[in-house]
Amino acid sequence: MLDSQVTQTTADGRKIGGVMMEMKNITLRFGGVVAIKDISFDILEGEIRAIIGPNGAGKSSMLNVISGFYHPQDGEVWFHGKKRPAVKPYEVARQGIARTFQNIALFEGMTVLDNVMTGRLTQMKSGVFQQALWWGAAEREELENREICEKVIDFLEIQSIRKTPVARLPYGLKKRVELARALASEPKLLLLDEPMAGMNVEEKEDMSRFILDVNDEFGTTIALIEHDMGVVMDLSDRVVVMDYGRKIGDGTPDEVRNNQAVIDAYLGVSHD
Amino acid sequence: MPEQVIFGMEVFLNGLMAGVLYALVALGFVLIYKASGIFNYAQGVMALFAAMTLVGIMEGRVPFAHLINAILGTKIHHFGWHVNTLFGLILTMLIMLLLAVLVQKVIFKHLVNQEGIILFMATIGLAYFMEGMGDLMWGGDIKTLDVGIPQGINLWIDETTYNIFDYGFFIDNLDIYATVIAFILVLALIGFSQYTKQGRAMRAVADDHQAALSVGVSLNFIWIMVWTLAGFVALVAGIVWGTKSGVQFSLSLIALKALPVLMLGGFTSIPGAIVGGLIIGVGEKMFEFLVGPLIGGATENWFAYVLALLFLVFRPQGLFGEKIIERV
Repeated sequence: MLDSQVTQTTADGRKIGGVMMEMKNITLRFGGVVAIKDISFDILEGEIRAIIGPNGAGKSSMLNVISGFYHPQDGEVWFHGKKRPAVKPYEVARQGIARTFQNIALFEGMTVLDNVMTGRLTQMKSGVFQQALWWGAAEREELENREICEKVIDFLEIQSIRKTPVARLPYGLKKRVELARALASEPKLLLLDEPMAGMNVEEKEDMSRFILDVNDEFGTTIALIEHDMGVVMDLSDRVVVMDYGRKIGDGTPDEVRNNQAVIDAYLGVSHD
Repeated sequence: MPEQVIFGMEVFLNGLMAGVLYALVALGFVLIYKASGIFNYAQGVMALFAAMTLVGIMEGRVPFAHLINAILGTKIHHFGWHVNTLFGLILTMLIMLLLAVLVQKVIFKHLVNQEGIILFMATIGLAYFMEGMGDLMWGGDIKTLDVGIPQGINLWIDETTYNIFDYGFFIDNLDIYATVIAFILVLALIGFSQYTKQGRAMRAVADDHQAALSVGVSLNFIWIMVWTLAGFVALVAGIVWGTKSGVQFSLSLIALKALPVLMLGGFTSIPGAIVGGLIIGVGEKMFEFLVGPLIGGATENWFAYVLALLFLVFRPQGLFGEKIIERV
């Protein structure tokens, strides 16, 4: 981010810029079920944006819309000031949007290093014939990319399991490897679908630290879905709250915490 | 050394060579199955088609000559030129590439997320289509293929073994070349899938479609690439088998011999296809040699299938296949 693009600075000194991604009146239906109903919100450059809500609120669907896995029936997605046509997930990845999955989607048969290296696929330029013949640029490129992957691996403190096949790793480490693969692509926007689901307190603290460090050191914009309210309130700059496919709140953690609709959605209201 | 042991050694060696040829066909199956979960029934026909195309191009035959003659009443059959082996190979590879693109765009693009059995049915249709198309393009006659691989007994081995054992081994030159070619091919394939960007993308697709999409891999592109590679492997198998026994319909039946190889080696393992092929090749020759005379011979016809059956019962994932673990 150039200094001229910075519009505000957070309390802890991170720089936040203009609008990177804007969702305009998104509606997503699966047959008769309305998963997302007319939701609009934006993501600013450099911020950590959280999407929260009870189970079945449509959070993951929203993330899938951003990453191109789902295509909304109505509404527009704007990225870097341009309206995005209905693109395929791999095209979204090539535009610099990386993601992790709620249920972990790693390449189980490959080692940690190989998994992280797949994150570099979008950045490698040499074509299929060059690669097949291991020609010129191909070898140099492989080495350069390897170096970046090793940095990411160091950063996330998973050096000791570099050569381990992913299938053998415990759940918490798999989540970290998935984050590493996403980071290896040097994304502009990082989408995290419940990065801390199913973790114990210690693992959660580690993951929170990594998320903050990524945002702080690389200036990566992050949009994340999370259930743990404590974590969300600590991590995020702004929060979107969803319930039954609708947006019921949007603002800083403090604003959202005091929003009556949000409190009702989480604690329930009496119907007498 | 007793005569029987020496003779057994020769049978063993010949078994190894035959195994390499089985492995060549099995490789094509593994490539496609790994990356797309499609069991490609048409792999054998692809080998036939590739060999036919190579012969047709090298001999300067006019494609669809019969069809053109029937419609226009002409009598064309040859262009009257001969294409050298290298150029013929390149042209055939281009045609296999084109075929891969068509197969993906016309058939499998529309069958994404379908059941395995439906994809399998589609490949059966593809097999019959290609068989007919091959005949229509190049004629149904038995063709001889000669790309310059020497055939006949290897005199050096014959002489050397004669000096040692007083008995000369009969090893066909073609089999020796086939072995060398197969090993180069396997090394190239393993190198490609382990150390290149596209190879990594290929493994990624084989492992998890969603995750592959999320790291920017186009499934369509990878599938076209895999079908192309399988086409190249089919071409190599077609050349070797075609040189050995002529380019004719029965060539497509080698696919049936690859089935037990796959059961043994596992559908998802390239080294498995090799080892499986060797075990079947050696196994059926040795069984015929040792047990055959006791039970009336002709065991080669069924030995491989019975072995495959035993594997299905006791180790369904094969020797090298991914173990099937269900987490509860």
